[in-house]
Amino acid sequence: MSSVNATGSNGLDCCSDGEMTQANLPDPEQLALRIQRGERAAVASGLNLLDNKLADARSRSARLLAALSGERWLNDGHLIGVTGPPGAGKSSLVCAMIREWRLSGRTVGVLAVDPSSRPELGGGALLGDRIRIKNSSHDEGLFIRSLANRNQLGGVASEVWPMSGLMLACFDIVVIETVGVGQTEIDIAEIADTVCYVAQPASGDAIQYLKSGIIEIPDVFAVNKSDLGAPARKTAAEIGRSAPRQDRREDWDYPVCLVSASMNTGIKQSQDHIDRHRGFLVNAGLLGKQRTRHHNAWVMRLLKEEFGTFGLELAGGLATIGERLSANRSSQFAEYERMRQHILSRFNSDNSSSNITIKEHHHEQAVI
Amino acid sequence: MVAGQKKRDKPWLMRTYSGHSSAKASNTLYRTNLAKGQTGLSVAFDLPTQTGYDADNVLARGEVGKVGVPISHIEDMDQLFDQIPLDQMNTAMTINATAPWLLSLYIGLAQRRGIDPKKLSGTTQNDIIKEYLSRGTYIYPPGPSMRLIADTINYTITHVPKWNPTNICSYHLQEAGATPVQELAYALCTAMAVLDRVKATGVITPDQFPQVVERISFFVNAGIRFVEECCKLRAFGEMWDEMTLNRYQVADPKLRRFRYGVQVNSLGLTEPQPENNVQRIVLEMLAVVLSKGARARAIQLPAWNEAMGLPRPWDQQWALRIQQVMAFETDLLEYADILDGSPVIAAKVSELIEGARTEIANVEAQGGIVAAIESGYIKRELVGSHMNRLRAIESGDLKIIGVNCFQETAESPLTLGSDGGIMKTNPAAEREQIERLQAHRKSRNDADVRAALQGLTDAAKSDENIMPSSIRCAMAGVTTGEWGDSLRAVFGEFRPPTGIDISIDSREVLGKKDQVTELRTRVANTGTALGRPLKLLVGKPGLDGHSNGAEQVAVKARDVGFEVVYDGIRLTPQQIAQAAQEEGVHMVGLSILSGSHMELVEAVLQEMRARDLATVPVIAGGIIPQEDAEKLLSQGVRAIYTPKDFSLNTIMADMVDVIRECNGLERLGLLQ
Ligand code: B12
Ligand SMILES: Nc1nc2c(ncn2[C@@H]2O[C@H](COP(=O)(O)OP(=O)(O)OP(=O)(O)O)[C@@H](O)[C@H]2O)c(=O)[nH]1
Ligand SMILES: [Mg+2]
Repeated sequence: MSSVNATGSNGLDCCSDGEMTQANLPDPEQLALRIQRGERAAVASGLNLLDNKLADARSRSARLLAALSGERWLNDGHLIGVTGPPGAGKSSLVCAMIREWRLSGRTVGVLAVDPSSRPELGGGALLGDRIRIKNSSHDEGLFIRSLANRNQLGGVASEVWPMSGLMLACFDIVVIETVGVGQTEIDIAEIADTVCYVAQPASGDAIQYLKSGIIEIPDVFAVNKSDLGAPARKTAAEIGRSAPRQDRREDWDYPVCLVSASMNTGIKQSQDHIDRHRGFLVNAGLLGKQRTRHHNAWVMRLLKEEFGTFGLELAGGLATIGERLSANRSSQFAEYERMRQHILSRFNSDNSSSNITIKEHHHEQAVI
Repeated sequence: MVAGQKKRDKPWLMRTYSGHSSAKASNTLYRTNLAKGQTGLSVAFDLPTQTGYDADNVLARGEVGKVGVPISHIEDMDQLFDQIPLDQMNTAMTINATAPWLLSLYIGLAQRRGIDPKKLSGTTQNDIIKEYLSRGTYIYPPGPSMRLIADTINYTITHVPKWNPTNICSYHLQEAGATPVQELAYALCTAMAVLDRVKATGVITPDQFPQVVERISFFVNAGIRFVEECCKLRAFGEMWDEMTLNRYQVADPKLRRFRYGVQVNSLGLTEPQPENNVQRIVLEMLAVVLSKGARARAIQLPAWNEAMGLPRPWDQQWALRIQQVMAFETDLLEYADILDGSPVIAAKVSELIEGARTEIANVEAQGGIVAAIESGYIKRELVGSHMNRLRAIESGDLKIIGVNCFQETAESPLTLGSDGGIMKTNPAAEREQIERLQAHRKSRNDADVRAALQGLTDAAKSDENIMPSSIRCAMAGVTTGEWGDSLRAVFGEFRPPTGIDISIDSREVLGKKDQVTELRTRVANTGTALGRPLKLLVGKPGLDGHSNGAEQVAVKARDVGFEVVYDGIRLTPQQIAQAAQEEGVHMVGLSILSGSHMELVEAVLQEMRARDLATVPVIAGGIIPQEDAEKLLSQGVRAIYTPKDFSLNTIMADMVDVIRECNGLERLGLLQ
């Protein structure tokens, strides 16, 4: 029977020495063209590629992202993060909003991040949001991908960001649903243009939790289940009172709205606020800037995840990387890919010394 | 000894649950069964009829006439009861979401034949709660569905007074894994929800209310642990008596009697060595006849070939003969209650009552059974119970003869026939039914139909009772699909929680813990080799509501490390293929028990190919006869699993190997 052992003299290529598939990975540049045309099969296979941790897939992913980036990636579409406590009705609300968006002819991509994964128990997960988000009718203008949150340390899985970028290249609106557990809100704010916080009525704890720093993050608050009446109104009032303004943007009003996903009330209004927030970012010249900032942060995170601190050093250190990325606003990914290649070649020429560091970050790639 | 001379109790009503292909074929079957001594009818409807679709609806594809009779309009109803005198027959209809409609067709037919509806007797199952939890033929959300139930009760109490408008079911809960305590608790919670709802309508006067209580009958299960099951029925009786007295102030003890019908447990009937099912059925039946005080009013038994497919007339005859032997040959009916006064029985009964009371209080604290369904609580409890059952079978703690022990067997002559030992429904049934339906649509008066449907919509929107307008629809020639759609437009549709999001503690893994650990390693390593964690879509195409298998496969797959997408029952092949694409899964696992696997699997494969997903392996499980399994494999399905594959661990290992093989990796073989 099988047994596990980590193999590979070179951590980077660990899979070639162990078990490896002859998977036909797609050509990234062609795939990018098909994605931009909105071909569903291409979107699906692009997302699969971005999820793939094999060495070959990683470099193709970087090429795919590079091919997708460009000015429109900085200016078009709307990336909306929907977060909040478990069971607040995030999926139901997203479902109701999708109905409206689709009626107005806008296409929607959804990334539903499920928190149920238990890495310590084999990592299995039940991806249960899809059933709540999708109404039964068939719709070519809607694409939902569920993702398990595989991150052991909390926070949003690192796949989410590149995937949301891919979706932005072909859908008018991209929604990311995550359960708020502290780090996730912070992470989601590093991805989305607009963060919508879905609150659960009458949970005193929730208000306390929000006040403990999280309340700084959302741009729009939606108190769901307003059909419950008074408790919902009370929660909305409390959030309204406690929304701080200090280090948030001067001219944004952090609206708090009452919605009911089940009764389909208040949906349009909350959407208007979300739209208005995008308009606000554009008018203030912030949309592109914010996205650039987000992209830089994620490139940094991805490099670090793949190569470790040592790898970042090989690419010239954090400061240098930051500079190179900012100098190249519309194609950080081409830049990212160049840096990857650079680090990879340094590793390969300096094989034995780098081995240990790399392996640390690849322990999850142990093969049979 | 001349036992025949003694004074004997009257036996229970003997039924066989049947119906297939067409109204005409089913009518022939009913008349033969009646001639054989059956004393009542129990109608099985096909799934389109149960879910409110016409035979020519896309969703009905492959399902028409399969697991029951298709009834699309009053002419079908007329044919179904051809030469059967409605005023002398006791007819049970297993019908739920569309119960007001089928009852309207029955009443409409009686009126057309000049029979006073007051003379009609029988039962409509009409319990939506257990549909959400187990049976799967729900349509509308809980609110409107409960209203429809209240409407039928309010209507029949004055217009069809001998009718049992609803049958509170715990049968299906046990078939979905419920323990005896859960069966007791949830059935009684359901009864309370129904009675409270009727009361709230204000239509029934307080002095009429005891009559309503009296009309509530139950449909329960009896499993192989027959002593405990017998105690469960005594517990039911005591608890119902107490509840109707205290909560509903029914003074007359006769009106507080717990009246119930039974179908004995089928979940435990096996595909391997199917002849053993006969002993199981006999023992299960004992539970509901042994104790005179808690004896069933009506019984229907499954057949020995239950886990193989639909029963043939001979199989049904055998099931009926079991009842007749019990009633007419044994001395059972000569005695008073033989269990009264047994301290062992009394103790077990109190233990069950205690447990049920606690769980009822728990559900009431959550806002009652409807709230506990919407929140997913009860469904999760059932999925959890069923999981425990399967784990016990897998570990050998729960012995199933011929399945996980004593597997060696001589070849059974019962399964050798050219029909494989099961009923084959008429393959032309669907086409014929559609032709009949389309001809019917042409023959009726369109203006009448439109007016009748408008009346129905108006009633649905107001709080007018749904029955009178439905009966007018029946008389005007409205079809089942039209009735269903009119109410869909007003009430909307509902998908209840799937219940698979139970929290499982790995320490609970019973018995074969090492296998689970080994499986987790295999799943993780295969994911690593493929570059991302293994992702599985579990799909239920068609109208089939058998969700047990899909749920348990999903729960198990998650337990061993798969990322699992399962969106519940009743999806189209198109929706399944689309989800497979959007979710980027490594495998699609279909579960089909309704007999429509040939049509549905082929459709899924086609939809997958149309989306560039030909390389994603598709596997299937359920009630799939050997002959069909071979055909499906040749069409490209990678593996087929049936009930004889009782070990979910073995199935999981095989699934991992199928994925590996499809991706150019070596198979890892059987688990140790
Ligand atoms: C339990 C049961 C029910 C329950 C279902 C509860 C639920 N939520 O699932 C209830 C009581 C509600 C029910 C109702 C009906 N039932 Co029923 N039911 C059964 C029964 C007794 C057991 C099925 C079961 O759950 N087994 C336990 C599970 C765990 O096993 P399983 O699904 O077979 O799964 C195993 C394998 O097959 C495999 N597998 C299955 N799916 C998958 C999927 C994947 C991906 C994988 C890897 C493996 C896999 O792995 C599992 C592990 O061993 C069978 C007969 C029998 N003994 O098999 C009849 C049976 C399936 N029912 C039948 C019928 C006709 C009905 C009705 C349609 C009757 C009617 N006319 O109204 C109704 C309506 C249901 C509906 N809406 O579709 C027929 C189907 C006939 C046919 N195929 O030709 C059967 C065969 C009985 C019979 N002989 O008449 N039923
Ligand atoms: N009363 C009421 N219930 C709602 C409303 N919206 C959602 N719900 C219910 O709240 C429960 C959770 O809904 P979801 O949409 O799954 O919530 P979620 O926040 O996405 O949940 P997770 O993803 O599991 O964290 C479900 O039972 C919904 O039916 C609402 O507006 N009113
Ligand atoms: Mg959700």
